[in-house]
Amino acid sequence: MSEKPSGLDAIDEGPVPSDAAGPAPAGTPADKDSHPSVSALFARFGAAVLHHEVSAGDEHVVHVEPSRNVEVLGWLRDDPEQRYDLLRDVTAVDYGEGRPLQVVYVLWSIPHRRALRVKCLLALDALSIESVVPLWNAANWLEREVYDLFGVTFRGHPDLRRILMPPDYAEGHPLRKDFPLRGRFSRAEQTRRALAQDVERFYTQHDIEIGREPQQVTLAPPEPGDARGSAT
Amino acid sequence: MAQKTVEYLVGRNPEMGPDGRPTAGPLTPFDLPEPELASEHMLINLGPQHPATHGVLRLVCELDGETVVDVTPHIGFLHSSFEKLGEYRTWNQIVPLTDRMDYLAPLIYNCAYVMSVEKLAGIEVTERCKVVRVILMELDRIFGHLLWLGTTAIDVGAFTPFLYTFHERERIYTLHEKYTGARITTSATRVGGMMADLPQGWIAELEHFLDTLPKTLKEAHRLLTGNGILIGRTQGIGAIGPEDAVNYGFTGPNLRASGVAYDVRKDQPYYDYETYDFEVPVGEHGDCYDRYLVRMEEMEQSIQILRQAIRRLPDGPINVEDPNISLPSKTDAMSDMESMIHHFKLITEGVKVAPGDCYFPVEASKGELGMYVVSDGGGKPVRWRVRPPSFVNISVLPKLTRGHLIADLIMINASLDIVLGEIDR
Repeated sequence: MSEKPSGLDAIDEGPVPSDAAGPAPAGTPADKDSHPSVSALFARFGAAVLHHEVSAGDEHVVHVEPSRNVEVLGWLRDDPEQRYDLLRDVTAVDYGEGRPLQVVYVLWSIPHRRALRVKCLLALDALSIESVVPLWNAANWLEREVYDLFGVTFRGHPDLRRILMPPDYAEGHPLRKDFPLRGRFSRAEQTRRALAQDVERFYTQHDIEIGREPQQVTLAPPEPGDARGSAT
Repeated sequence: MAQKTVEYLVGRNPEMGPDGRPTAGPLTPFDLPEPELASEHMLINLGPQHPATHGVLRLVCELDGETVVDVTPHIGFLHSSFEKLGEYRTWNQIVPLTDRMDYLAPLIYNCAYVMSVEKLAGIEVTERCKVVRVILMELDRIFGHLLWLGTTAIDVGAFTPFLYTFHERERIYTLHEKYTGARITTSATRVGGMMADLPQGWIAELEHFLDTLPKTLKEAHRLLTGNGILIGRTQGIGAIGPEDAVNYGFTGPNLRASGVAYDVRKDQPYYDYETYDFEVPVGEHGDCYDRYLVRMEEMEQSIQILRQAIRRLPDGPINVEDPNISLPSKTDAMSDMESMIHHFKLITEGVKVAPGDCYFPVEASKGELGMYVVSDGGGKPVRWRVRPPSFVNISVLPKLTRGHLIADLIMINASLDIVLGEIDR
């Protein structure tokens, strides 16, 4: 038998980035002038826009340098020629075999009736990207879901918690390709953990402090100048 | 673009003030000074098993007296990892997973999923299939809105509309059952067509339903639209402006109630929706009452679309004639060698879809439903993502409810029209 790490050890180690698998299958490269926003993006941001392709016939996708995602997306939202005011979706795609994880922003411009998809590729050992919640509040829960299911950390997110899985879920991030369909723990272990759940963990620290008697609060005073606590 | 602004008709009622609120009667607030009470905040846990949360939704509320200071929705109780399951199934095997998401309008989800796969695979479905899918989607828009109408009425204390709308829903259930064999878990679509053609007499029954539904809607209108209790509980409650509504990702009737005429059927039309004559109802105030009016009007518009679709329903095959996509008939599969091979290959390996990714938006009853499918050229998806409209809509609940009473929290939650099966997936 191989000495492959299992259970929680495997989560700590994580999948290893690999170049051997080759690039993920993509759409066909396209002329950048076929979409007005794409040509404007290339003209304005130059090196930050890595690649432009067309998928499924007429859907334009641009790959953007992950470190400049907020800058590019903010310009797409605010420039009067672009006005991508509706953030339809934030999601991620894991092609597996050590390929970089794709964070996908699906944009729609209500005034110009135009769609655009922006992708940022993240190496598996650096799953971290700037949050776009300051631009679109719609990203709040969508980014939480990507964090929960893929393990991408969104820097600057106001409330980055698990959303679909329980707060004390210890098996990792389920939608990654290295996550087995049945989960990492045995059914017995999953049941044991479910029965041993501490109900108080399903309230945030702020929630628990709401109903406390004043003398209890003085016994365990909150941080000075932060009566509300950090959770919202 | 054809759009229609819904109005507060009741404002003209002599017993109502110019803002639509009753000027006299038991709803008038007493102008008594509020007594000075200690303002200690209270924690209330609502749900996950509570009828007023419309599903397995848990709301942790921080209250100052009866006023909501903050509310934190907790979701995930129905999480079934449909998206992960989909990666282990062939393209056609995913269809049964889709109708278990929005079990209040399952056919919209069936159709939206296969439409995204067909777009990625470059499959052009037959004209008859297109019109049949339009009929099914509009029928289920009514189906979803009727449930919303009944349960929302219950939340403000009106029991009768619930009975009326559920009686009508039962007739749609019957139509579902006659076509698909199932009432909720319809699974009616296949990549490249439908599981079967419409049965004989189904269209006539649908027409009879369309003839009689407006009467029920009119009765619901009479019971609710001018009702002082409903008006007092909804007007000015949970209001959100157009800029905020777009920024928070609102779609569907919730966004249109705020005055933004964004409807995928008009803005990014699919299945010739641009050739159907219908209006997009738009509200002005973005409050619960406008959301109510917009949905009531949407049902009327859906009836119009359904009548037009029935008129233009063409004859001809319902599935594409391609042995690599559609299953052969059972007789052929049993008697013809080549058909049997196609049948075997399709069942074991599934339809092959070209590499790439496709985001296909559809106007579902709850808002914009996006199906994002990613393929590497094989018989199974690399990733299948559902952009759930209710998921984004319910995330706005804390913003809408801050400063309102806890009773209004129930009304605002009802007015968003959420379905937890789709939020948790």
